[in-house]
Amino acid sequence: MSQKLIDAITDMRENDALSITDEMLQSGTNPLDVLEACRKAMEVVGQRFEDGDCFVPELILAGEVLKQISEKAKPLMKEQAVSAKDLGKVVIGTVEGDIHSIAKDIVAFMLDVSGFEVTDLGVDVPPVKFVESVKETGAAVVGLSGFLTLAYDPMKATVKALKAAGLNEVKVMIGGGQVDEQIREYTGADAYGRDAMAAVALAKQWLGG
Amino acid sequence: MFAIPENWGELTARERQDARINSWALAQIEFASTEAEQGYRKRTQMIKNVVQLKKPERVPVMPWAGVYPAEYGGITVQEAMYDYEKLGDAWKKFNADFVPDCLVSAALIGPGKAFDMLDVKNYHWPGHGTPAGTSYQCVEGEYMTADEYDLLIADPSNYFMRSYLPRVLGALEPWQMLGPWTDIVELPFVGLALIPAGIPPVQQAFQKFLEAGQAIMEWISAVGPIEQTSVASLGVPPTIGGFTKAPFDTLGDTLRGTRGIMLDMYRQPDKLIAAMERIVPIAIDMGVRNATAHDNPLVFIPLHKGADGFMSNKDFEKFYWPTLKAVLMGLIEAGTVPYLFVEGGYSQRLDVITDPDIPAGHTVWMFDQTDMKEVKAKLGGWACFGGNVPGSLLKAGTPQEVEAYVKQLIDDVAQDGGYILANGAVLDNTTPENLHAMIDTGKTYGVYG
Ligand code: B12
Repeated sequence: MSQKLIDAITDMRENDALSITDEMLQSGTNPLDVLEACRKAMEVVGQRFEDGDCFVPELILAGEVLKQISEKAKPLMKEQAVSAKDLGKVVIGTVEGDIHSIAKDIVAFMLDVSGFEVTDLGVDVPPVKFVESVKETGAAVVGLSGFLTLAYDPMKATVKALKAAGLNEVKVMIGGGQVDEQIREYTGADAYGRDAMAAVALAKQWLGG
Repeated sequence: MFAIPENWGELTARERQDARINSWALAQIEFASTEAEQGYRKRTQMIKNVVQLKKPERVPVMPWAGVYPAEYGGITVQEAMYDYEKLGDAWKKFNADFVPDCLVSAALIGPGKAFDMLDVKNYHWPGHGTPAGTSYQCVEGEYMTADEYDLLIADPSNYFMRSYLPRVLGALEPWQMLGPWTDIVELPFVGLALIPAGIPPVQQAFQKFLEAGQAIMEWISAVGPIEQTSVASLGVPPTIGGFTKAPFDTLGDTLRGTRGIMLDMYRQPDKLIAAMERIVPIAIDMGVRNATAHDNPLVFIPLHKGADGFMSNKDFEKFYWPTLKAVLMGLIEAGTVPYLFVEGGYSQRLDVITDPDIPAGHTVWMFDQTDMKEVKAKLGGWACFGGNVPGSLLKAGTPQEVEAYVKQLIDDVAQDGGYILANGAVLDNTTPENLHAMIDTGKTYGVYG
């Protein structure tokens, strides 16, 4: 059954995935097993994205399916789900002056389903907010997203602010459609990632996941 | 205005293109000097040559500029959007100092006052949610809901007037109460159908509509002369005659939003395709009508959500390409020149877009992050291409690096003509030195021997 659910999710058969979930839950499958199948399915989707066999529509659809399945499973759960988020903490946001959320949301979602505890600061986030959040959460990785070239300078300012606050150990990754290696160098960030899975790979590399 | 000749029906697409290009190239303009006139004729000829895949005297340099001319001119974007004198000073200075081979237009910046009056909801702009010194930005949203495809398909204009516009222009929200114009089929219906026009909120909405129209008139009366001054004194031709979009992007950017359209690809693909097909003639008309009105053959088409990473090649061929191709064919048939801005990366799509049904020498493809050698290999001899100088380099590089990049680009892909030098991403952030390095290197190093 679990495998059928995994296949339905990874083949992007939304209706099948939902009906299999219903069947599983009605026949008394532990909701935690259902969620575990989802996690495995997302691993496959992520891998396919990395391999160039899956694209943004599939990430978005899989995310949507996942949301619906957890809405079905969560109310039936007796025990609290043991947090699978043990890979480490990441703070993410779209930098100051930039109000775009779509890319940042996809990156945050992929980090989340990959097992990171993600603090999403939203959009138009000033440097001090990143600093405060890192201090509060103890996150070891910060992700900065920016849609437009106007984000270059705020990214640079954010990296600087983190350093100025003494958070030298924190690794900073940046990304967005107009971000590349030259901008990584310009901003002083530790790495730049081309897409959402690159963000996951970087975080894993740094946090040893 | 391009005067459509009487024998238009007998002309081939090539002859129509020639007629449109010649009308634009030979336009009667009161130039400030013979030098300016010669410059205009020379530049339009270079562009004609590259469109028709010949070698011009040198590589045309046609940068895209966004809000950078504001910073360069010492004003904020907010000032450029609201104070048209400042807008004019900045944009005229930019054109005069850099003298590109196309007019860098001031028309895409404002009119801020009208945006205020109409209460635009789907963008934030300086003073309304974004800082004074940077570009306006879109607010991602599902401005058309997933269950509205049938309404859109049945009557797109009606849908825009009564559903879409009332959502994105706050002042026109009461337009939801209007009836469709197509109700007015007989005399008695004039009265009955127009009852909503008497409802106070609708009347207020039309009042605001008229006031915004007034503000837009003030704006265009200022912007028109700004553009004319640059054209007449510098001989830089306007290179955007019309504007249109790929139907997938009209659905994906404007109406359903990124998330919405991507879910529709799975949940209601047939409706999505039907809606795009419905939009094809509308998109063609938008491009051709404006190209005719402005007596300028180039129809600008930014390509958005079909880029690498946005979908598989299979989906590109199923969802994105067929209706875009239909739009291109319609534009070409009418003698206009689709001037595509291929945003993001397109390496995966080059085999699809070089469709043998699209005749050679009728389109222009400007790239952002696609590998230009691949572009040359696939598009060379079929369509004019260009672009690609990175926004990151123009912002964070040195003039020497920019110069080296441009020279390499010209060495790699410009040798056979049919090529335009341009930056890859609309220019908001750079330094004057870097921009000079790009433009001046193009002008000197790009001379064909
Ligand atoms: C779609 C689009 C629009 C739509 C947006 C609305 C909508 N509903 O989608 C519309 C048509 C409204 C639009 C309007 C404009 N746009 Co626009 N637009 C785009 C386009 C084509 C795609 C952006 C997008 O949707 N990306 C989707 C997300 C998911 O992709 P992404 O941001 O690249 O994120 C991925 C990776 O980068 C990475 N990533 C992202 N963040 C992070 C963070 C970390 C830590 C890591 C590791 C990775 C990572 O992972 C993500 C997922 O894989 C881009 C060009 C492009 N291909 O990028 C231009 C682009 C952003 N637009 C541009 C411009 C100029 C404009 C306008 C000003 C045009 C105008 N005059 O009106 C306006 C307003 C500006 C704005 N965008 O707000 C320019 C900006 C140039 C600049 N200087 O920055 C671009 C770059 C096009 C270009 N080549 O010139 N736009």
